[in-house]
Amino acid sequence: MSANAAREQEFLEYVQSGGQVESTDWLPADYRQKLIKFIEMHANSELMGVLPEREWILKAPTLQRKLALTAKVQDEVGHAQLIYRVAEDLGKPRDEMFADLLSGKAKFHNVFHYPTKTWGDVGVIAWLVDAAAIISQKALLKCSYAPYARIMKKICWEESFHILHGRDVVLAMMTGTPEQQELVQEAVNRWWGPLMQFHGNPIAREEDPMYLWRIKSQGNEEARQQFLEGYVPQIWELGLTVPDSNLGRGDDGVWVYSEPDWAELKSVVTGHGPRSQERLDFRRRFLEQEKWVRDSLVAA
Amino acid sequence: MIFEVFRQEKKGQAFAHAGSIEAPDAAFADAWAREQYGRRGESAALWLVPRDAVHQVNDWADEFDLKYRRVDGYSIKGRLKEARERASSTAPVDR
Repeated sequence: MSANAAREQEFLEYVQSGGQVESTDWLPADYRQKLIKFIEMHANSELMGVLPEREWILKAPTLQRKLALTAKVQDEVGHAQLIYRVAEDLGKPRDEMFADLLSGKAKFHNVFHYPTKTWGDVGVIAWLVDAAAIISQKALLKCSYAPYARIMKKICWEESFHILHGRDVVLAMMTGTPEQQELVQEAVNRWWGPLMQFHGNPIAREEDPMYLWRIKSQGNEEARQQFLEGYVPQIWELGLTVPDSNLGRGDDGVWVYSEPDWAELKSVVTGHGPRSQERLDFRRRFLEQEKWVRDSLVAA
Repeated sequence: MIFEVFRQEKKGQAFAHAGSIEAPDAAFADAWAREQYGRRGESAALWLVPRDAVHQVNDWADEFDLKYRRVDGYSIKGRLKEARERASSTAPVDR
């Protein structure tokens, strides 16, 4: 074993036993590369994730809802800023990350490629999409890369407000008129497919490089099971149905469900979702339009 | 310019590293850090430290030399046993 391989092996054993590292520590090249890829996608998702909700700030039904939605958008853009900062320290400049996002080279989460048709979608996104996201994010609190784990504390804390806000929107509609209840049911029907794809294919965690390096601390299927266990009962108790006749909890506590559409997931995250290009165009326009603000701040 | 942000959650508690921000100067860093770490009243105070000003120490010299400063530098089990045995095998001291 070469000296470098031995050092890498020692690093691997260290992170696998729960050890954490800092930006100033020696990091294996593969670890650094995987970290950047993972963190960059997370940052991109926070940045792109505000767009489906931003569209509804002006259309929200009450002033309070507008304010709450604005606060949430601010939180998420703030998360993107914190996460991009962590990725920058690992060696990838922010301009390069923006360029890769806009050219389609870097990805963002599947759920942010879809339209927000009605106010029911806003509620379901804030409640269930954020719930799915917080399950992944909580698993990052133990990330082997400590600077990332530390900012996740703040991010998870703010996300818990987002879920409650979403649940409140849904409950207001479910205690409202039949038309309002129907809006929620239609939104659940639209979002169920993307939600089931959200945590990714059920690759065994031992084969997942992100788990191997302890960048994340759970496998994809564990995350999906946690989501089903936590939220399906909450959906059902409101009298809503889930559009999957195979869905159920086995006697062993493991949820069974229809195979998610992995081809759709792949197509959507590679920029072929119903709103992928429109949202990237929006980012391109604003990045260009507001270049003078960034330039004047740096020149100050 | 990169500033490291240290956050104090409640008065009297230790400041803990929370993250970093990039800003052209201290005034901008101040405004930026207030937004990121204080807009819900979650911090009692913040320290914004230019990254270059942080002097890190993480290489430690031979720790065995310092064992006598720590509790794990002393193994009294054997001596204590010996001392107890000696005390019980000899006649009590007349006080």
